[in-house]
Amino acid sequence: MNWPLESQRKNYGKALVELGKRRQDVVVLDADLSGSTRTVEFKNAFPERFFNCGIAEQNMMGTAAGLAVGGMTVFASTFAVFATGRAYDQVRQSIAYPDLNVKIVASHAGITVGGDGASHQTMEDIALMNAIPNMTVIVPADGPETYRAVLAVADRPGPAYVRMGRSEVPVVTSPDDDFEIGKATVLREGTDVAIIGVGQMVAPCLEAAEALKAKGVNAQVINLSTIKPLDTATLIKAARDCGAVVTAEEHNIVSGVGTLVAAALAENCPAPMERVAMQDVFGQSGESDELMKEYGLSDKEVFAAAIKVMERK
Amino acid sequence: MNVNEKRIHELELKAASLRQHVIRMIFAAGSGHPGGSLSSADIITALFFEVMDHSPARKDSQDRDHFILSKGHAAPIYYSALAECGYFPVDELMTLRKLHSRLQGHPSRVKTPGVEMSTGSLGQGLSVANGLALALRLLGLERMVYCLCGDGEMAEGQVWEAAMFAAHNHLDNVIAIVDRNGLQIDGRTEDVMALEPLSDKWKAFGWNVLFMDGNDMWQVLETLEEAKLHKGAPTVIIAKTIKGKGVSFMENNVGFHGKAPNEKEFEQALRELEGSV
Repeated sequence: MNWPLESQRKNYGKALVELGKRRQDVVVLDADLSGSTRTVEFKNAFPERFFNCGIAEQNMMGTAAGLAVGGMTVFASTFAVFATGRAYDQVRQSIAYPDLNVKIVASHAGITVGGDGASHQTMEDIALMNAIPNMTVIVPADGPETYRAVLAVADRPGPAYVRMGRSEVPVVTSPDDDFEIGKATVLREGTDVAIIGVGQMVAPCLEAAEALKAKGVNAQVINLSTIKPLDTATLIKAARDCGAVVTAEEHNIVSGVGTLVAAALAENCPAPMERVAMQDVFGQSGESDELMKEYGLSDKEVFAAAIKVMERK
Repeated sequence: MNVNEKRIHELELKAASLRQHVIRMIFAAGSGHPGGSLSSADIITALFFEVMDHSPARKDSQDRDHFILSKGHAAPIYYSALAECGYFPVDELMTLRKLHSRLQGHPSRVKTPGVEMSTGSLGQGLSVANGLALALRLLGLERMVYCLCGDGEMAEGQVWEAAMFAAHNHLDNVIAIVDRNGLQIDGRTEDVMALEPLSDKWKAFGWNVLFMDGNDMWQVLETLEEAKLHKGAPTVIIAKTIKGKGVSFMENNVGFHGKAPNEKEFEQALRELEGSV
């Protein structure tokens, strides 16, 4: 489909500058990746409120916590693999446990990092952040939604994790959408199968729905941009209306969003499910689109999963 | 220094009474870390009863001096000071480590009035102190952040990331105090993971380094005042202390790093501390 492409990271930079204008209490930290995460936009606009922590992610998270103790609203950014892996204990102990107002907005998540390879990719970050009490977890589907999500987390006290990819992604959300933390959006109505997309997988889900339509299948597509708190009401309604569910995420199948959806449905209205995700393997170097195909994260797999799950109704 | 001998004596008595709280709390809980609470009792007393400008009424205000206990296992001495300063009732000290108590085994910002930061996972407090110091600077407040660290936790890499950060940002409103009692769970710090030359390490990281006998009230007050006057770089005070200070059989005894006294030991410990009063 002909969606315009936009970068999530650039929208993050834009949102930070907007926040910086609106609020004096917004402070931004980065760990030597400000050009990549686009926190450089905030640095250029408000240099006195930007601190580069160098390649020291653990200290960055602790410093962010201290700034929050001092009353600031803090954004801390680096690549997702380092934010959630390298600094996991600092996020848990110094940010989430004391319930501090720190927003971890991480870029280059998933495998679409591309050429850097598995050391810089992450397919376990959602699982890690989701397992921590007090943490809000958000995976915006596109650039504009990233912008709206960043403004929303700034207004909600407490820790949050916002996941962004590296690549430009299709704009699939509407500028009229009010981003509400904890609210999933139905992007396409349908009653034959519910396809629940996360982040960059939302666009392939919509493409699969279009291909399914040609086969006479009326698929519902949901953008599940808040992972925690999970919008179980929307998920349950989708499962009830459609009787079959597919999830799609650029994340490990183990402890991924699919497992969360499965748990929520199992407790409320069990339905046949298929999960499109990384199959518990590390990624490798390659172009983003090559990698998505290699690891079965394209519209084709979503389409196939939908056909398969409907047979189990 | 604006302190006379009478005031020094009062503070020494206060430290002795806080040490008694520590022993009572840990005995009642049946677990806890007496050694590091007793070694740092004089430093904590000096900070909370003389050096820092703070009060329970201003606990949510930034416009006061701040304290981060990086060595979170010294929670009993911290709680004793907070209770005696009026942040919560002194009676509540005896609930340490009990189910539903506000006094967790390690400090919790969300549970205990006056506790500014949750700590316990070692090596994290100095980063937090730095962040708080930056916030104070942004707010235009000339206030200090004191951070009490253990010597064993100097092995954590994050401590040195934080050391670099503070020097890079000229955080002269941060004063780190290393409770150099020389012992950690598995033995002498120099046997487990050698720290020396510790002062050279801090100097090389761009810090102003001071020394004191951390169990000598006069020296503690004098050195804290000197630290506050230093401008342009953060100051670390390496405080030589005795682990278990004040209770003869706990002194320099690694066995009491993280063990509660039994009834006989409890009674003897209290007798010794009452004697020192």
